[in-house]
Amino acid sequence: MSGAAIAIEGVDKVFNAGSADEVAALRGIDLAIRPGEFVSLIGPSGCGKSTLLRLIGDLLTPSRGTVTVFGKPAHQARLDQDYGMVFQHAGLFDWRRVAANIELPLELRGWSKADRAERSAQMLDLVQLPDFGRHYPRQLSGGMQQRVSIARALSFEPKLLLMDEPFGALDEMTREHMQLELLRIWRETGTTVVFVTHSISESAFLSNRVVVLSPRPGRIHSVVDVDLGDRDDDTREDPAFFAKATEVREALRAVEAGG
Amino acid sequence: MARLRATLSGLGPALVVGAGGLALWEGVVRGFGIREFLLPRPTSILGQLVDHWPTLRHAGWETGRIAVSGLLVGILAGVVLALVTTRFRTLDEGLTPLAVAVNATPIVALAPIFNAWFGITGTLSNQAVVIAVVFFPVFINTARGLTEVHPDEVELMRSYASSEWTILREVRIPNALPFFANALRVVAPLSVIAAIVAEYFGGPQDRIGNVITSNAGFARYDVAWAAIAVASAVGLALFAAALFVERVSMPWRVASGDGDSLTTPGREP
Ligand SMILES: Nc1ncnc2c1ncn2[C@@H]1O[C@H](COP(=O)(O)OP(=O)(O)OP(=O)(O)O)[C@@H](O)[C@H]1O
Ligand SMILES: [Mg+2]
Repeated sequence: MSGAAIAIEGVDKVFNAGSADEVAALRGIDLAIRPGEFVSLIGPSGCGKSTLLRLIGDLLTPSRGTVTVFGKPAHQARLDQDYGMVFQHAGLFDWRRVAANIELPLELRGWSKADRAERSAQMLDLVQLPDFGRHYPRQLSGGMQQRVSIARALSFEPKLLLMDEPFGALDEMTREHMQLELLRIWRETGTTVVFVTHSISESAFLSNRVVVLSPRPGRIHSVVDVDLGDRDDDTREDPAFFAKATEVREALRAVEAGG
Repeated sequence: MARLRATLSGLGPALVVGAGGLALWEGVVRGFGIREFLLPRPTSILGQLVDHWPTLRHAGWETGRIAVSGLLVGILAGVVLALVTTRFRTLDEGLTPLAVAVNATPIVALAPIFNAWFGITGTLSNQAVVIAVVFFPVFINTARGLTEVHPDEVELMRSYASSEWTILREVRIPNALPFFANALRVVAPLSVIAAIVAEYFGGPQDRIGNVITSNAGFARYDVAWAAIAVASAVGLALFAAALFVERVSMPWRVASGDGDSLTTPGREP
């Protein structure tokens, strides 16, 4: 598995092992993700998507098996700050203004004040909130907060982006805009993306591969290869896109049916 | 500035109600012929306040100094110990339940004992009472604010490979500020109460507590009431200072219209 951006080998995750509330969240996960690949994780609620993302980010440790990120243990990759994470909840700091939230990872990396200000301004433009740098997070709507947290994760151009339902709180139009922006950034920077979503069309639109998980315990049910090439708004009406979405939908139906 | 003006105009209704209450008090005492030693009229209290102003001002100043110095030391001790205990979990688990238990006991009851420990003539024992009363709420609340952080926020910092120290600075301390401010709202006026109760039992004889006991002892209740008025002015001033600190230290709460109320003390952040 050398050369893979992420190599997950024989991973189990059991929460609260040995106690009454033991949960087998993931079992026997094997997955290799190539550098620059865009992979989506999809599956019913509670099937372990967020858990898998946290294992890659070394925010959880596997009960069994190994996670390798850029050829090193996930723990080392975290210490090297190789990835940026967008959490399911925006998770902005109330006490920092919007721009200062975006600049937090830059601050921790010792960027100069001027560089930070320049970057956060660029990022605010990117997520279409150019006038909100001086606001506090609580003065923003939920969807706006989520866009700020995306800007924060992108601000230091990580080699790996881990995104947990980042567009879940957005309206359809903003969501479609953000999808195209994410694809643009992905193409321009060559970053590797692991993207958790509940949306079938979103997974088909964005990904090189869609990994379909089945619940209790979470396993990889199937992997749908998608290759839609360069995508724009017209792709959403392309029969090839519909075909892939249908493929993902059928895999999910099989999961629901207990297959 | 506009915000300050808004705050002051927010005080308007309170002033009207307060003035109305005083007028009612005056009217009831006069109308029902209540005798002065039971409940003096506001106007006669005001008269005594003017007549005894040098004594009362001195007493208020000295008692205020005890309250403020005890307040500062108690706050400092509470915050420092909270920081230390959150850094060392075992200490936290041992100390915090103990502090909660001690906090539930009436600490002012210790005043006579503190006199034995720290001397009955100096101000040290009075100060010790104030420190003890202030310390526990500050310690308990601040420690809670430092530990009860959102797991997502700590996870985000871990994703940046942040040290515990960075997490303390960036997450725990800002998170603890509203908890600390709640404690401050409680202990600021409490420090004046503690100082006065302590003075009932000992310490120098020119303080608010002694002015109240000695005048009440000579049935000069109007002077005692004047001293009480001075004490409440000192308490109010400290409460206002606590609100001011709250506002300047947490601009994000003011901006999002969260900390705007003067009258909801001890609200959970
Ligand atoms: N910290 C934890 N402690 C105990 N159990 C946990 C913990 N985190 C997750 N779980 C359990 O692991 C399972 C998978 O949870 P996870 O959050 O990964 O699901 P998910 O696929 O992201 O769901 P959703 O789509 O609703 O976000 C669930 O059964 C959950 O109860
Ligand atoms: Mg999840």
